[in-house]
Amino acid sequence: MLKKIIFQFLALSLIFTYSAQSAESGGMPQLNPEFWISQIFWLVLTFGLLFMILSKFILPKISNNLETRKSQILENIETADKQREETEKKVKEFDKIINDTKVEAKNYFNSERQKVLDNINNKRLSLEKDVEKEIIKAEEEIDQLKKTSQDKVNKIAIETSSDLVKQLIGEDINKSSLSAIVEDLSKKEMEKHNDI
Amino acid sequence: MAANPMYQFNVYRIGPEIKINNIDISFTNASLFMVISSIAILIIFNLGTKRSIIPNKIQLLAELSYSFISKMISDTAGSKAKPYFSFIFSLFMFVLFCNMFGMIPYSFTVTSHIIVTFVLAAFIFIGVTIIGFIKHGLGYLKLFVPSGVPMVLLPLIVVIEIISYLSRPISLSVRLFANMMAGHTMMKVFGGFVVSLGIVGGWLPLGFSVALTGLEILVAFLQAYVFAILTCIYLNDALNLHH
Repeated sequence: MLKKIIFQFLALSLIFTYSAQSAESGGMPQLNPEFWISQIFWLVLTFGLLFMILSKFILPKISNNLETRKSQILENIETADKQREETEKKVKEFDKIINDTKVEAKNYFNSERQKVLDNINNKRLSLEKDVEKEIIKAEEEIDQLKKTSQDKVNKIAIETSSDLVKQLIGEDINKSSLSAIVEDLSKKEMEKHNDI
Repeated sequence: MAANPMYQFNVYRIGPEIKINNIDISFTNASLFMVISSIAILIIFNLGTKRSIIPNKIQLLAELSYSFISKMISDTAGSKAKPYFSFIFSLFMFVLFCNMFGMIPYSFTVTSHIIVTFVLAAFIFIGVTIIGFIKHGLGYLKLFVPSGVPMVLLPLIVVIEIISYLSRPISLSVRLFANMMAGHTMMKVFGGFVVSLGIVGGWLPLGFSVALTGLEILVAFLQAYVFAILTCIYLNDALNLHH
């Protein structure tokens, strides 16, 4: 506002004083046409040169720089995207491999366990069979032993009793009668055992 | 004479008088500041053309101003205005640097001279008109006939449109010239007050002067921007005839 007032005042004073006075004595030097042509000449020269140099040499370089930066940034973003995709792929592959190996390991473990269990079962069965056989054998042996032992015991008993009788009486006794007595006794004894 | 607030706008010859066919084209202080501004622009923007992916400060400045003006053009005049980018860029930078160099004490403000701004504005006006006629032929005259106007008002509207079109170079040049001249005159006036009121009363105008310096720097940028954006708007009228 203040500026406007001052400017208007100056313009008004100019209108009244310009015709009477020269520019040096208080008017506007801008309206003194003495150097107008010179100013136009130098303006055209400097501005023309400025425009020519800017548009021919400097501005294309700047725009080129901006373009290359833009394209470089785009390129970098593109490669970054590509690499990210690749890493995602690789991560997926890695996960897959891990899953596969886990499944494989589980399967392997299961099959091996089954095998081991089967093996154990087989072995146990065969062992049991062997044991049974052994038991049967042992029982047979025991039975035989039982039988033979009685005979032997009887024999020994007969012999010892005959010897005893001989020493006591000094005479041989009929062996058959002795054996009948011993057998009778042992039978009684056996029955007792069996009862128990 | 130095106390006269208009004295700062005086143009004087530097060096010998140069005359071609009796026309005086001597090198003056105005020419000096035109040359200084142009060289400063060229140096700064040439330093900003280094090829590096991560820009340094000057490169950043150059690239930011490039994209700033490029965005301004595409926003106001569309993509068709791209071929005129370097001209508008040069124009904006020239006006901006002339305005800014004018803010240095004891320097000269090139754009505070009506003849300079008028030549720029007239060149833009003539150029835009030629572009308009080349692009649209005589159809460019439709610019003066806005659509949707009642027939009764049409003659009046057309006259107003033609006057407003023809006054474009004047308004464009006077806006820049008047802003620069008024600002600098006012600063000079307040500076004179500082001296005349002395150590006792001079502080208030000094404060004003400081504040005005800030304001004038803002105006220097703003007027360069307005100059460039109005050029874009005129160019838009010529390129995209909206009827």
